[in-house]
Amino acid sequence: MNAATVVFALLFYAAALLGVAGLVWRIRDYARTPAPLKIPTTPAPTTTGGVVLRMLREVTLFESLFKANLWIWLFGWMFHVALALVLARHLRYFTEPVWFWVVWIQPFGLYAGLAMAAGLAGLWVRRLLVQRIRYISTPSDHLMLALLLGIVFSGLSMKFLTHTDIVAVKAFALGLILFDWQPLPAHLGLYLHLFLVALMIAIFPYSKLLHAPGVFFSPGRNQADNPREQRHLAPWAATLEKTKV
Amino acid sequence: MATVQVTAPPLKPYPVIPILEAGSMAQSKPFVANAAMQQALGFPGELVEDWQEKAIAKLGELLGKYRSLKVYLDACVHCGACTDKCHYFLGTGDPKNMPVARQDLLRKVYRRYFTWSGKWFPKLVGAEDLTREVLDDWYSYFNQCSECRRCSVFCPYGIDTAEITMAAKEIMDSIGLGQKYSNEIIGKVHKVGNNLGLPGPALLDTLQSLEEDLKEETGLDIRLPLDEKGAEVMLITPSADFFAEPHVYSLMGYAKVFHAAGIPWTLSTHASEAGNFGLFIGNYGQMQKIAMRVREAALDLGAKRLVVGECGHAWRVAYSFWNTLIGPFDFLDPNYPVPQHICELTYDLIRRGALTFDKSANDRYVVTFHDSCNVARASRMGGMPGGQFEIPRAIVRAVANRFVEMNPESIREKTFCCGGGGGLLSDELLDLRVKGALPRMEALQAVVDSHGVNFMATICAICKAQFSKVLPYYQFNMGMVGGVHQLVGNAIRLGSK
Repeated sequence: MNAATVVFALLFYAAALLGVAGLVWRIRDYARTPAPLKIPTTPAPTTTGGVVLRMLREVTLFESLFKANLWIWLFGWMFHVALALVLARHLRYFTEPVWFWVVWIQPFGLYAGLAMAAGLAGLWVRRLLVQRIRYISTPSDHLMLALLLGIVFSGLSMKFLTHTDIVAVKAFALGLILFDWQPLPAHLGLYLHLFLVALMIAIFPYSKLLHAPGVFFSPGRNQADNPREQRHLAPWAATLEKTKV
Repeated sequence: MATVQVTAPPLKPYPVIPILEAGSMAQSKPFVANAAMQQALGFPGELVEDWQEKAIAKLGELLGKYRSLKVYLDACVHCGACTDKCHYFLGTGDPKNMPVARQDLLRKVYRRYFTWSGKWFPKLVGAEDLTREVLDDWYSYFNQCSECRRCSVFCPYGIDTAEITMAAKEIMDSIGLGQKYSNEIIGKVHKVGNNLGLPGPALLDTLQSLEEDLKEETGLDIRLPLDEKGAEVMLITPSADFFAEPHVYSLMGYAKVFHAAGIPWTLSTHASEAGNFGLFIGNYGQMQKIAMRVREAALDLGAKRLVVGECGHAWRVAYSFWNTLIGPFDFLDPNYPVPQHICELTYDLIRRGALTFDKSANDRYVVTFHDSCNVARASRMGGMPGGQFEIPRAIVRAVANRFVEMNPESIREKTFCCGGGGGLLSDELLDLRVKGALPRMEALQAVVDSHGVNFMATICAICKAQFSKVLPYYQFNMGMVGGVHQLVGNAIRLGSK
């Protein structure tokens, strides 16, 4: 057991704690905050089933963004779909035996890594070159792109530049889950990759990455358009009811 | 008082996203409500001593009350999808009129006081203290948002700047920095019963003289009843319909529809206003109090159906919020939707063959239809999503021979605000209103050039008033704008003349 193993193991536990606890706290907060008025952006589905479909289109196809701007949609969608594939591909480090579909997507996951880099680069170029988007950008917007690109490049470097012992990496990953620590291979690219991933997990609920759970709680998208058919009353609004004739 | 410098930007043949002109609209501010207007609504008369603490506390309160506000302040990733979607940005080029930048005026304060990252790394995440400069920006730029929700259509998370503007206005009211136009009007509703401050006897007088006009025009006794108990329908309409032009022609159109269909109906003095400016200032209590007059009047008159006249934000409040604010409506006829839009009522009658038209009466017009923002993006008509687009168009096609659509990027859910909504329809904001109308004026110019359009129908009192005022700045005739029921009134057959 070397020092790096201990450091990274502790780092991941801390990041998971910060990330998961923060996320649970945010999601509970969203869920508990009432939405007193019906405010779906119309035309909106009139049924719950319709709302589920709208939300599915929103989170898988980025429907609204597609209407808004084809370039942002292209880069943003490419990045997110590629990210999903890459995450799925990484499941091979956490499952034993590896699920058949995870095996099946392995070759695609590699191209996805390149697509992620292209998508992020496209978004960053727009952020730097389009006057309107440069105006609204904060330092954290740039750093977030740098962080993600850092994760992508350090990951790809282990495929295209210097390989690491991925069997040992898998043992380390499973060891973290089972609280049975296994040594982490000494590899700079791997260290960088894991550090940046831990950082991202840790800051997830305290940054704009909150857009991921947020979209599901957006009243503009998750409410059914049925105010005439169903009376909608939030608890704090109900207390105002007494004044009514 | 200095006169407002009003400049209309040149109309371009196709839409162009402007180059940023930072601060170009910073001087645009509406008059501040005076102490009497503020106190009438229960707000402090002037900016309170500890306004900063109070404002932050109010923001905290609203964050606990409105999920929309909390999620919308958190979820934005600064992707830029909304940056070229606001009519005020397109008309002014001021970057703080980009929806995301407008939101950020509040978001940066939220981050500073309510998030961990903003407390510890303010520069990094763009968090800022609530200073006098920030407050001035709030007053200027949250009063340059008409709460039209166009940006929310395009946001990948559905972030609705209207919700954020409303919260900011609510905060400013609570620290004594109210906007005169909206708050004065709300005071009038409470005191007199309608936005225009038209008292009951004057209303009765007006309606009687309109009945005489109708008699002269048609030879028939078409009634505009007021406070008639037992009438089946109580009509709630914007008070501008009672005497402003072109609004009044739609009112006469409604009267002809009721007459032709033989539906007993009445207006109410107590609820002689469909408009509800409580929405504009984001104040739930005010919105409920204003709406409550409708319930009281309906119960008092024994009405069985509630029908709402041509008014955009009023229809949003009626359709989306009345059931919540003043329902349940178990005392009304369950065979009809509550509330029902006048267009839904007319459309049903047309479909049942209960109305007949002489479409040639509108042959002098080539008609186009301007979707009003609150109808388009915050309500519905009929049973299907999108009925709010189809039903008014179906009526126009039923009563007029020549109908042309404007640029598809400027109608239906993508419609542009007229530039005067959200409580901005006041004279001191005329420059903003003229500039904000630019996208609509460009789309109109295109169909004027290509099809000779000379009538833009709409179903909103604010749109009608705003366009009447700004059309001349773009070399159009102010009479080009009118109501859908104005066209209905022209064409409807009322038996022997």
